[in-house]
Amino acid sequence: MITVKNLQKSFNNLHVLRGIDQHIGKGDKVVLIGPSGSGKTTFLRCLNLLEVPTGGSICFHGQEITDAKCDINKVRMQMGMVFQQFNLFPHLTIMDNITLGPRKLLGVSKADAEEQAMKLLARVGLQEKARNYPRQLSGGQQQRIAIVRALAMNPEVMLFDEPTSALDPEMVGEVLDVMKQLAEDGMTMVVVTHEMGFAREVADHVIFMDEGVIVEQGPPEQIFGNPQQQRTRDFLRKVLK
Amino acid sequence: MEGILAWFESIKADFILNFITKDRWLLLAKGLGNTLLMTVYALLIGVVIGIVIAVIRSTWDLNSSRMKNPVGKFIFSILNKIAVIYTTVLRGTPMVIQLLILYYVVFAWSSEGLLVASLSFGLNSGAYVAEIFRGGIMSIDKGQFEAGNSLGFNYIQTMWYIIAPQMFKNVLPTLANEFIVLLKETSIAGYATVNDLTYAGNRIRGVTYSPFMPLIAVALIYLGLVMILTHFVGKLERRLRQSDNR
Repeated sequence: MITVKNLQKSFNNLHVLRGIDQHIGKGDKVVLIGPSGSGKTTFLRCLNLLEVPTGGSICFHGQEITDAKCDINKVRMQMGMVFQQFNLFPHLTIMDNITLGPRKLLGVSKADAEEQAMKLLARVGLQEKARNYPRQLSGGQQQRIAIVRALAMNPEVMLFDEPTSALDPEMVGEVLDVMKQLAEDGMTMVVVTHEMGFAREVADHVIFMDEGVIVEQGPPEQIFGNPQQQRTRDFLRKVLK
Repeated sequence: MEGILAWFESIKADFILNFITKDRWLLLAKGLGNTLLMTVYALLIGVVIGIVIAVIRSTWDLNSSRMKNPVGKFIFSILNKIAVIYTTVLRGTPMVIQLLILYYVVFAWSSEGLLVASLSFGLNSGAYVAEIFRGGIMSIDKGQFEAGNSLGFNYIQTMWYIIAPQMFKNVLPTLANEFIVLLKETSIAGYATVNDLTYAGNRIRGVTYSPFMPLIAVALIYLGLVMILTHFVGKLERRLRQSDNR
């Protein structure tokens, strides 16, 4: 579904991504781990061009998305994204947050969009919050709404950028549960996270990045049980204590 | 008692002389109408110019590093320069001078003082409104643009559905302040021979040689207008703050 070739990204003189090659297939659950500054968030943000790569190529269904002729907004409609800071729209109710995209971009009628939104809200257990504003919700609830907002566009792939890093510890579980449920439903997911438990349980492919390159990748059993690279072992020893 | 009565009589005579005799109050009414007309025209011109400049400048500030098309980037850099020069000049010279230049130099051939004055106030206000809007756009968290983009909204849609409503709420108090300044600023329209409220009051003073009544009346009318405006802005602001309730 997504094929990345020799992806490069520099910010001025800082070379953040130094040649990433990766294929993400339909239904894959890819988890990116690595120390901060390793480039994993930048890699994720390149996938929907929130960061414009300085080299290499990204193909989505065979279409080169870095090409000037590609309508990136069309591609983004098929890629849901969940941010560390939720980024819900504070001036809109939860219902309007969820239905804005489908109504304005997909031309779904208000009634249909709201019906679908209520179904999605039911899946994350937040139907009663439909008429509230984001500020009235806890962080965990806001992040679950952010996931619903992305899902309402019926994306083919969901990108998660450290979705639990800004949450109070007691709210991490509720967001991870929604993500696990999503994985079970067969959604293609690319997740940047520091939650090793989640990576081990949900991922079918774990990528360890450091200093802008993929150091090691493989099934979670290998990465967590029998890492081949010294840098991977050092990193895991630190985060798993 | 006698003294108070005499004082009251003199006030009454003063009032009649300044407002009733020869229907002089009509002058004030006409002046008030012109003041309001100029304020509304200038406000419309100012908001349109302000939006255009704010969009040009914030688009440049936020996106210039990502613009890929060299021709588009060049055009935008020129537009941005023009916008910067515009705000610098209009904010850096006195309003009266701008009005005089427009009336006696640029539109010397025209006798439409009211329209020229309105345009002048609008051009000036636009520079301030632009800075207000630009500050408002730049103060919105970058994550809001990204969230809009990630859903598939293009730049203009993101601005319209996501950024503008939040920005408008944030800048409303400052914007209201600018409108109040604008309303009072029109009091210099007399320089372009416009019979506005101030000019009318001053003319009455000139013929009656009794300055107290007409000048105080003019001041009170301005005050009343500003208070009405403030009241409605407060109402609007409370409505826009709904999403802040916890």
